[in-house]
Amino acid sequence: MRRFLIQGLVRRPLTESAPQPEAASRHELAETLAGVVRAKLGRSLSIRHVDAGSCNGCELELQALSNPFYDLERFGLHFVASPRHADVLTVTGPVTHNMAEALRRTYDAMPEPKWVIAIGDCAKDGGCFAASYAVAGGVAAIVPVDLHIPGCPPDPTALLKGLLALLEQMDTAVRSG
Amino acid sequence: MTDLSDLAWTRSRHFRSAPIATTTVDATRWIGLTSALAAGRVTLLSLWAEAGGAALMALLDAPAHRVAVVRIEAHGGGFPSVGAHHAAAQRLERAMTDLYGLTPRGAIDTRPWLDHGRWGIAHPLGDAAAVPSDRPPYPFLPVQGESLHVVPVGPVHAGIIEPGHFRFTAQGETVVRLEERLGYVHKGIDGLMAGAELARGAEIAGRISGDSTVAYAWAFAQAAEAALSLTVPERAFGLRGLMAELERLANHLGDIGGICNDAAFAMMLAQTSILRETVLRAAKTAFGHRFMRDRIVPGGVSGDLDAQGEAAIRSLIQEIRDRFPAIVDLYDATASILDRTVSTGRVSADLVQAFGAGGYVGRASGRNFDTRRDLRYAPYDMLRLDVPVRVEGDVNARIWLRIREVEQCCSLITQMLNALSQGPVFADPGFPGAPREGLGLVEGFRGDVLCWLALDAEGRIRRCHMRDPSWFQWPLLEAAIEGNIIADFPLCNKSFNCSYSGHDL
Repeated sequence: MRRFLIQGLVRRPLTESAPQPEAASRHELAETLAGVVRAKLGRSLSIRHVDAGSCNGCELELQALSNPFYDLERFGLHFVASPRHADVLTVTGPVTHNMAEALRRTYDAMPEPKWVIAIGDCAKDGGCFAASYAVAGGVAAIVPVDLHIPGCPPDPTALLKGLLALLEQMDTAVRSG
Repeated sequence: MTDLSDLAWTRSRHFRSAPIATTTVDATRWIGLTSALAAGRVTLLSLWAEAGGAALMALLDAPAHRVAVVRIEAHGGGFPSVGAHHAAAQRLERAMTDLYGLTPRGAIDTRPWLDHGRWGIAHPLGDAAAVPSDRPPYPFLPVQGESLHVVPVGPVHAGIIEPGHFRFTAQGETVVRLEERLGYVHKGIDGLMAGAELARGAEIAGRISGDSTVAYAWAFAQAAEAALSLTVPERAFGLRGLMAELERLANHLGDIGGICNDAAFAMMLAQTSILRETVLRAAKTAFGHRFMRDRIVPGGVSGDLDAQGEAAIRSLIQEIRDRFPAIVDLYDATASILDRTVSTGRVSADLVQAFGAGGYVGRASGRNFDTRRDLRYAPYDMLRLDVPVRVEGDVNARIWLRIREVEQCCSLITQMLNALSQGPVFADPGFPGAPREGLGLVEGFRGDVLCWLALDAEGRIRRCHMRDPSWFQWPLLEAAIEGNIIADFPLCNKSFNCSYSGHDL
């Protein structure tokens, strides 16, 4: 173990520099964020995740955000275990009828202000599962969505871009507000 | 004793190259086969229903390396229950009832499984009927005794994982029973498959379980190619093998660290997640997608591997060979983590045999079975493969199984790259011209993924049944946790790493 610790001190970090947020997501977010946000929350967001019916692909890429290459926490973003602690709800999957109530209750349990990010192509409109008797539709069919990150699944860089766009908008909103 | 010899058995090298023969049996014969399953003379590969009223099961005769598909007409919507004698079939039967409305006569557990009463209809794929609105809540198994308390968990879990409900009954810290309640991510895959074109079927198959997208796409392709008696170019087999081993490598590396992280040994996760990310990046360079989704299609693969991709895979294997041994040493030399994993979450050899549990769950408890060796398919028939097996059946054994398989993956990938032939990578599947059925069986990282595919004369899907290895592993998790403490559940659960989406369909 000592060897790993010493290597950790002397080697350069694996962490890569932050990607530039997409212009499109910036625009999408502009309307959703009020000037008070930055003052209230600081540059830190707590994220609660709900899989509402995904194939698990999006979850794997969300997990990858915590590996040393992407190191999500350096941006003040971290995943929390309870919706009561969360500012942002990330949701994946076509929302199945069997998960719709659990998703709604998770959203209701979050304190205001709160945002919802729908992740992956299925979360947009149900994707390739849309026609099924078991699927309610995209995330917006159950809870209001502020930002959508497309991809099947979106890779960690795409996820980071989306999350950073959210933070950046908070900064801009403060300066102009 | 039931005679098994008159079933239409097919050896592994034949069932993937030609349509699968199905033996139609009467109730007496079906019951006889049920007894053979209960006695352990054959292993249940899967049990499923067909719209229009028939039950089918796939059987494995492991010592003889052969499989058979048996069919019974469900007269009056019923068939003799398999689960009544062979527990591994119970949840599959409950799913058949929920989706197709077939009744397993004499079944012990008649509660719904995938149907949570929220679809608005009952038996959506059989004779669909409106649901009575006053449906009673799901009856969990009753518990009686002194000073017991119940801890319900889920469907939304604390981590970034899939949803499912666990109901623990504990006495103090000790779990006396765990009952699983799944079906939350049921997307109606069987319904979406019915009537779909082959290409659309392949797309859906690759999205049944995200971590096993290669294994699922391959099993689906195998079944389609068998049904169509299609000859696939040799290079395509080599490329499929490479993808499957990269997928196994990524998942095992993630799991080894993930299990340790659930016992708060975060350094292991940090180290293995670096290697996992390296695998995914190499996969992206070589095959154009981090999970290699939509790369395997009926007829071959959708893109070729170039020199740059091959170099990326070779340098990946070198990196893993350089760095992985130190990570294994870190695990093996840290007494505090071993204290948590050794003798925790034990599954007996009898149980894994009875359930026919595949993958590391089976092999860590002494079930010496691997589709790649025992029901061989290209390219594994040309490669040297040592299947690691352990007998302890605890969390530690399941970690070591993965460690040994990571080493095997490196060996297999190197062998495949060296043996990779040149030539085309795709052959047009064409049309069957008559209704055909095919069977596919692929060793995913979790265990054997089965696909039974029935095509109509135009090549559209009449019925596609895909069985995740988790069907035979989830029930064993209930057994593994018994007598352990609740705090060790994440550890046990992660060491199984069963699929929710693959199971719920």
